[in-house]
Amino acid sequence: MFRNQYDTDVTTWSPTGRLFQVEYAMEAVKQGSAAIGLRSRSHVVLACVNKAQSELSSHQRKIFKVDDHIGVAIAGLTADGRVLSRYMRSESINHSFTYESPLSVGRLVVRLADKAQVCTQRSWKRPYGVGLLVGGLDESGAHLYYNCPSGNYFEYQAFAIGSRSQAAKTYLERRYESFQESSREDLIKDAIMAIRETLQGETLKSSLCTVSVLGLEEPFHFLDQESIQKVIDTFEKVPEEEEDAGEGEAEPEAAPVAAGTGEQGGSGDQDVAPMEM
Amino acid sequence: MTFTIQIENGTEVRNAEADSQRTLYPYVTGTSVVAIKYKDGVLMASDMGGSYGSTLRYKNIERMKAIGKHSLLGASGEISDFQEILRYLDELTLNDNMWDDGNSLGPKEVHNYLTRVMYNRRNKFNPLWNTLVLGGVKNGEKYLGMVSMIGVSFEDNHVATGFGNHLARPILRDEWREDLGFEEGVKLLEKCMRVLLYRDRSAINKLQIAKMTEEGVTVSEPYSLKTFWEFKAFTNPTVGAEGSW
Repeated sequence: MFRNQYDTDVTTWSPTGRLFQVEYAMEAVKQGSAAIGLRSRSHVVLACVNKAQSELSSHQRKIFKVDDHIGVAIAGLTADGRVLSRYMRSESINHSFTYESPLSVGRLVVRLADKAQVCTQRSWKRPYGVGLLVGGLDESGAHLYYNCPSGNYFEYQAFAIGSRSQAAKTYLERRYESFQESSREDLIKDAIMAIRETLQGETLKSSLCTVSVLGLEEPFHFLDQESIQKVIDTFEKVPEEEEDAGEGEAEPEAAPVAAGTGEQGGSGDQDVAPMEM
Repeated sequence: MTFTIQIENGTEVRNAEADSQRTLYPYVTGTSVVAIKYKDGVLMASDMGGSYGSTLRYKNIERMKAIGKHSLLGASGEISDFQEILRYLDELTLNDNMWDDGNSLGPKEVHNYLTRVMYNRRNKFNPLWNTLVLGGVKNGEKYLGMVSMIGVSFEDNHVATGFGNHLARPILRDEWREDLGFEEGVKLLEKCMRVLLYRDRSAINKLQIAKMTEEGVTVSEPYSLKTFWEFKAFTNPTVGAEGSW
């Protein structure tokens, strides 16, 4: 994408019918570190890569609990993500208070999307620079939605956002048909394997990722490091062999391959602006 | 704080204060509503009278209405406030229908919404002068609850409003069972309504019974109860009274 004379204002259309500021906001999402969501009939798993600013700091929180039955994973400007999570928590709790019953996920994402749309149609605002993977469970089953800065939202069986998410998406595309009937354990395993795809050569350790689950009779919660490591151990033990463990390009001890695939967060992490994670 | 409203030539004379806009007394009122849970769902009964003070002015008022697919609302008290509440609930159900996304308001949600509305109005000293009974069945779960004009809200296996509290509930406490069949349930409600008919001056002999089950909600056509007025105590009320001979 190159600069042009129609990209200064979010309220300026280009002659080809594009709003460049909105598209630039979506670029910000691609710069954030990866977040992945998958769902089955009864469970939703959200996972993300932990990236820390420096060795001295702790990693950014990218997955938030919205309610017992809804969680959200973000990629992009974390500050925007935090503010939107607070909005979602507020909407959810207000609904619970008035109706004594959990807010359905579909209604929540619509409110979120409408909020994002407002920012694409005001000259004094800017679009939110964060993509949200909203996973939740309600009367009509388990759902996974992706809300993007443009104000659009889509429902998915599985999705990945952020840098190097294409690798994860490739993995998920191959396996998504089995997700609907997957067991909880298989779903978690698939999520962690998808995370591994985005690391592209780096050894997968439980400290590098955060995984959260929610399901029927299982309120939203994070998996602890031990449980994650146990799942990793089930497939990281066999580096050369190709099981059904994805593309199996697991070269555990090899030097991290600096694989910047084209448009996907093209330059390495050094060029990531500090406010984006 | 003034408590009177003068209406002359259709305009309010003393209306400088917001007081004149608040509900102070009820005008057209409905009497008791009685409801019970039974084997397949919930049954509710109410008569069709609307009293204007001591005059039984309106005799065709439906005091029970279906809300959405799963619930039924019965009200005693000010009829115009009941109609206002129906309007609020209409907006809610229309919203649900518009979304058409597989989610629908169940009786628990409606009951809680009404509790919030009633309590908030009470806090502003502008109550909706009703006692509401909310019943319904959703996903196999039976629900029966009540909200009063001051926001007191609870659920129970059998509820009654107004005079029903004093005359019907004792009967229900003795004779209600978890596994009442439909006919038994109707008979029990009719027994309560008959007592109310004899003893509540604002009751009329024209009632409806509503049935809520998993299949849906139906309100019966109006009908009357058989009554017997030749009891000796009715024909000769003062025989044996204190101080008589």
